[in-house]
Amino acid sequence: MSPVQQFLASPNRIRHSKRRVHWGRWGVHAVLLFYTFLALGPTLLVIANSVKSRKAIFADAFSLPSAETFDLAGYETVLSSSSFDVYFRNSFIVTVTSVLLVVFFSAMAGFALAEYDFKGNTLLALYLAIGIMIPIRLGTVSILKLMVSLHLINTLWALILVYTAMGLPLGVFLMSQFMRQVPREMKSAARVDGATEYRVFALVLRLVRPGMAAVAVFTMLPVWNDLWFPLILAPSEATKTVTLGASAFLGQFERNWGALLAALTLAMVPILLLYIIFSRQFLRGLTEGAIK
Amino acid sequence: MENRLTEAEPVVTEKLPPGGGSTVRQIPRSGSPARRRRRWGPILVFLMPATIIYSVFMVYPLLDSLRRSFFNDDGNYAGLDNYDTLFTNPAFSDRFWDALGHNFQFFAFHILLQNPVGLLLAVLLTAQSVRGLNIYRTMVFLPTTLSVVIVGFIWRLILSPLWGVTETVGIDTPLLGEPLTVLPTLSLISVWQWVGIPMIFFYAVLIAIPKDLIEASQVDGAGSWQAFWNITFPLLLPMLGIISILTFIGNFNAFDLIYQVKGVVAGPDFASDILGTFFYRAFFGASGTTGSAAMGATVASVIFLIILVGVLLYMFVWQPRVSTYEL
Amino acid sequence: MRKLMKWTVLAMAFSLIAAACGGDDDGAAATTAAPTTAAPTTEAPPPPTTEPEPEEVTISIESWRSDDQAIWDDQIIPAFEAEYPHINVVFAPTPPLDYPAALQTRLEGGIAGDLITCFPFDRSRELYEDGHLAPLNDLDGIAGFGPSAQNAWLSADGSTPYCLPVASIIQGFFYNVDAFDELGVSVPETEGEFFDLLQTILDDGAYTPIGIGLSEWEAEHILFQNIGANYWKGEEGRLALIGGEDKVTDQEYLDTFATMARLGPYMHPGASGIGYQDGKILFETGQAAIYPGGSWEISGFDENADFEFSAFRTPRPDGQDSCYIVDHIDLAIGLNPASSNAEAARTFLSWAATPGFAGIYTGALSGFFSLQDTPVEYNHPVAQEFVSWRQDCGSANRTGYEALDSGEPAFPIELREVSNAIILGNMTPQDGARRLQDGLDSWYTPGG
Repeated sequence: MSPVQQFLASPNRIRHSKRRVHWGRWGVHAVLLFYTFLALGPTLLVIANSVKSRKAIFADAFSLPSAETFDLAGYETVLSSSSFDVYFRNSFIVTVTSVLLVVFFSAMAGFALAEYDFKGNTLLALYLAIGIMIPIRLGTVSILKLMVSLHLINTLWALILVYTAMGLPLGVFLMSQFMRQVPREMKSAARVDGATEYRVFALVLRLVRPGMAAVAVFTMLPVWNDLWFPLILAPSEATKTVTLGASAFLGQFERNWGALLAALTLAMVPILLLYIIFSRQFLRGLTEGAIK
Repeated sequence: MENRLTEAEPVVTEKLPPGGGSTVRQIPRSGSPARRRRRWGPILVFLMPATIIYSVFMVYPLLDSLRRSFFNDDGNYAGLDNYDTLFTNPAFSDRFWDALGHNFQFFAFHILLQNPVGLLLAVLLTAQSVRGLNIYRTMVFLPTTLSVVIVGFIWRLILSPLWGVTETVGIDTPLLGEPLTVLPTLSLISVWQWVGIPMIFFYAVLIAIPKDLIEASQVDGAGSWQAFWNITFPLLLPMLGIISILTFIGNFNAFDLIYQVKGVVAGPDFASDILGTFFYRAFFGASGTTGSAAMGATVASVIFLIILVGVLLYMFVWQPRVSTYEL
Repeated sequence: MRKLMKWTVLAMAFSLIAAACGGDDDGAAATTAAPTTAAPTTEAPPPPTTEPEPEEVTISIESWRSDDQAIWDDQIIPAFEAEYPHINVVFAPTPPLDYPAALQTRLEGGIAGDLITCFPFDRSRELYEDGHLAPLNDLDGIAGFGPSAQNAWLSADGSTPYCLPVASIIQGFFYNVDAFDELGVSVPETEGEFFDLLQTILDDGAYTPIGIGLSEWEAEHILFQNIGANYWKGEEGRLALIGGEDKVTDQEYLDTFATMARLGPYMHPGASGIGYQDGKILFETGQAAIYPGGSWEISGFDENADFEFSAFRTPRPDGQDSCYIVDHIDLAIGLNPASSNAEAARTFLSWAATPGFAGIYTGALSGFFSLQDTPVEYNHPVAQEFVSWRQDCGSANRTGYEALDSGEPAFPIELREVSNAIILGNMTPQDGARRLQDGLDSWYTPGG
């Protein structure tokens, strides 16, 4: 018998206690503060130095910009020569479209798998779940040839299709778990009222919004951050994503640290702002997905 | 991309039922909810899009890659020749075994550092009666949202001997330049970026554990530490397994960070070469050389086999030994 | 949660707007399919409907020279378009790191540009043999290049040129003239003088004697090739290595490596962690007195260095009278056979064979030298310095980039790792040479 089971069998279990867990409150703060410093330090170092003059950057990396060392030359260089807006747009289109496709297609498939008892249900569920275990990157050689024959190279569609395929296995799995929790009575009632299966699906969809958010969040991060497929399937100037674009964009300024630090700051600040604004929803999406 | 989020697996532990009572029982692995028998029309409509896209853009390429590894670049059947080249031609095999070894080191750093640190942070973030935990949670997860390119650049600058940041903190070795330090340094950068993932997964499990469970155990005289080991830790074990296998899959696919920081030749003298960069070179070549699609497919197939072994070990050795509980 | 959904919808709306109005700048370099909300399909998006007017055509040039974008846009293209108003040219470079893979993908995908910038020797020959570069036998102006220029882009039987030679570069050692004056030292002629000079700079302590990074390719491309050319007697030695008469384990290579190993102590102590760009920063910011490099750096140094700089040629080994410089045939332009505007592209190539083009190109890009038979005047004093070495010294292409790079392990990549390790003192010259020769012996048959 495991300790958990032993414990659960013990009669003390029902008694409640006012005793608090003994976490040294300050100890908790100290460790978390230290880690927060570790997590933010490098980012802040970059941002702080991006508004300093080139001399000051090298002279003392750790000093905050002062009236003497404040210098926006880096930003001027970067902003005068960048197609970053294009990269940003591409990433945005690719991420949003892939996320939407994954969310809706997984909801549909998840609904079918959870709702209907048909021949091959378990087998299909298993087939769709295998993809969770196998990284799609290993099929790159064939994906490239496939995209070439479909004339999709250097189009955003190539990326969207690959990312959708990549996100579906987990999406379907999560959605079918969420779908199973929807109360049966509600669906029966709708069917008695003469609703079609599509109408029932639409009703259910409203109830599994937390699940959809979880799938969206899980799909978003790897798509936004991927460097591999943009590099291979869509490396043209017009289809570069932020991640690939940043690599080239930053490369231009490699010998001008002022501009480089400014470029880095410009590349990460939008994401950081979005993240901080939506962090509650974002992290909730993650936790809801994690415990399904 | 380490720890790819999309490759998560479910934890079978379920949330507190609405009633609030914490009856815990071990649940059977295959739940079979009541299902409706219906006409095929809607079923097909619901299943079609996902199944087709998944089959065409994921399953087919993976199977086709496997097939290609048995052909040469001109399309002629080559049997096991490509595998023979990979394992017996020193130009490939030396690099392959090096890359594999490096990959295991890379993985070890993540298993031994990223996951324990993630767990520690998650435990602290669920500590009771401490204010401001949400702020910490947001901040600790922040590096995970940054793109690998940015992370690579940030650390390249910070570790550059030109800037002198490392000298200020007492390190005067060029960490990314020396054969002995380059791989550990890259591993630590990767851990730095991805620690948020295990943290958030553990966190999700921890907040689902009813407080009265822990409290009651302390009534029994258990200290915090004991309560953690006896109650919390067993409940975390299934998640630990999932995170470990995800880390394994992610690490054996890693490419982006090393490509960004060290390029495809992954120097110095291949000291930071892992399977992902080796795969890229085999497929596309590197400066001044041309790659081979057939060798690329062969390397991919071998990586696939390695991951498969890991996943099978997880499924047949780890999973049966770990109990899951419904709270 | 509601907030998140709202945001998603907003985001979707935004992406649609962006997709709708962001129409692709010129549509020449590549076609972008802007996704729509229409039911997702696996079909290819419809081809762009903007058919060029019969008399107006747009051609695009693939290149790895992202640094030259402004010069093409502001000087070269306007000059061409002034002569041929009906042809629009787009210079569409890909950064060097991504260029080979990206180009290969685009050629196979049938979406590469009309004109393709060619690397010398095997890499382009493979493209030609795979049918990705068109034969240029009948191109107007192709005859205006001598055999030494055209040689790097000729079919295996020597009959068919497939790229039009554009530029070569010369390698040497840049130095900070102000720093040399301040220290009262002068340019070295021989290796003995060179090492005395380095010791003087080191003892003085104000400057790092040599600013160069050892984490990328410069040790091989610059130091190995610069120093070695004197030892293996330029082209003669390069061809002898290809022909199998010479081995990497021969004395001239061991001597080259030994000289390189002696340079290590004069570099930045963190050199192994310094990349190509950071190495240049060391020189530009006045921290290093000497930068071993190639003439292509001239315009960058013009822009970034606030002191006078010049260059000296690689010092000769003591007791040797002859000298050899790396005068590498670097860059050519070829025609994509899949181009739908082949006529316009050929017009551009013929124009690129004229002295007019050479004048504009080399004038705008100081440090790139014309490969045409017609001589060209160079204005930049440092460029003149580089070119002047041709009078006294023999020329050599970089060794290892013909024939020796087409098998595994590839010679250039091994050479790069070995060069770095030898300078850092992590490998002896003997071990390095042995490793390189063993690598070659495992697959390379001279003349085969």
